[in-house]
Amino acid sequence: MIKKLFLPFVVIVGFVGFVVYGRMKTAPNTAIVPPLSVSTTPVPTVTSPATGISPTATSGQYKDGTYTGSVADAYYGNVQVQAVIQNGVIADVQFLQYPSDNGTSAGISQRSMPLLKSEAISAQSAAVDIISGATQTSQAFQQSLTAALSQAS
Amino acid sequence: MRETRIIMGMPVTVDITSDDPKSMVNILEEVFDYFAYVDEKFSTYKSTSEISAINAGTLTPADYSDDMKEIFMLAEKTKNETGGYFDIVNREGKYDPSGIVKGWAIWNAGKILQRRGVRNFFVDAGGDVQTAGCKSNGQKWSVGIADPFVGHYDKVVKVIRVSGEGVATSGTAIRGQHIYNPHKRQFSDKNSHGDKSNGIYDIVSLTVIGPNIYEADRFATAAFAMGRRGIEFIENLHIGDHKLEGYMIDTNGVALMTSGFEKYVV
Repeated sequence: MIKKLFLPFVVIVGFVGFVVYGRMKTAPNTAIVPPLSVSTTPVPTVTSPATGISPTATSGQYKDGTYTGSVADAYYGNVQVQAVIQNGVIADVQFLQYPSDNGTSAGISQRSMPLLKSEAISAQSAAVDIISGATQTSQAFQQSLTAALSQAS
Repeated sequence: MRETRIIMGMPVTVDITSDDPKSMVNILEEVFDYFAYVDEKFSTYKSTSEISAINAGTLTPADYSDDMKEIFMLAEKTKNETGGYFDIVNREGKYDPSGIVKGWAIWNAGKILQRRGVRNFFVDAGGDVQTAGCKSNGQKWSVGIADPFVGHYDKVVKVIRVSGEGVATSGTAIRGQHIYNPHKRQFSDKNSHGDKSNGIYDIVSLTVIGPNIYEADRFATAAFAMGRRGIEFIENLHIGDHKLEGYMIDTNGVALMTSGFEKYVV
């Protein structure tokens, strides 16, 4: 009796194991983000520049091409950006160097993830005691980008 | 009583809740002196620093100062705990422990204040902060997460209240609408898996709340390097009984927060 059931049992266990293994391997890159009801626009708006870059360049301000900025120190490490100019305006900015990006292929342990709450960010009153932001790296970013754009001018 | 000075290339602010500000003057000096000491020893931009001597090969591990040995030990520990995403060896093969020195120094500065009997304060260096107790009106300290999309850090997108925790934000600010690749702005791309994303460049800001600023800072640094996976790393992170919480903002201006983050929200 047991002999007769053994093979189908093994097949079923094997199949279940295969399915479970398959599910484990395809761990989501991030939590599934539920559909958002966005009340404010998720696209950040341009504000006045801090250090001489004008974000919304009028067409034709820059020469088309790809320009590599200087390596700027962000205290934590180096930042170097590359600006792509198309039709006279900035089409894209890529990082060539960024602090903390040690490029290792070391993995982090994959664990099951609960759904994480998401929301569109929205500006709030800045009447706080402390503002926490990544100051260093952004300054280096602007520095490197300015250098790249100066070549395109 | 609050004072700000530029040290280690960034604004360092110390705020002490006190009925007698004059009595705090010497204590404030001691804290700022400590940051100057840290800068002299760990700055890779000072040729006279100990870290520069190490990188020049003129100092061997046996001769490292106690603080330097401690930093190297903590850096190794952090590297192991983050699967290598935190590493003080930079692209040129030189040691740059800035990513761990900052949080460690702020934490030590807080300990100086505590040893002097100060119970209500914050120490903020470049947007990473150690808090203790309350402000003068009895409320917890309020921390605003800076809007990562503007050049000026006077706009915030989230406000939390802390008392005793450390808060650190890692990231970069990408300015202006024009920089975004229009394709990345589509919501359908948010769930893309694998390396189709640009890794760390998909997120612009990751804020971590930890039991102290040393823990918050080193894990914010490592988690940001993980890109969108960073928030998952923080979600699973516990230091003793304390679960770390985080708030991650991506290039689309969408934030993901860990499961216990909202208990800090005003």
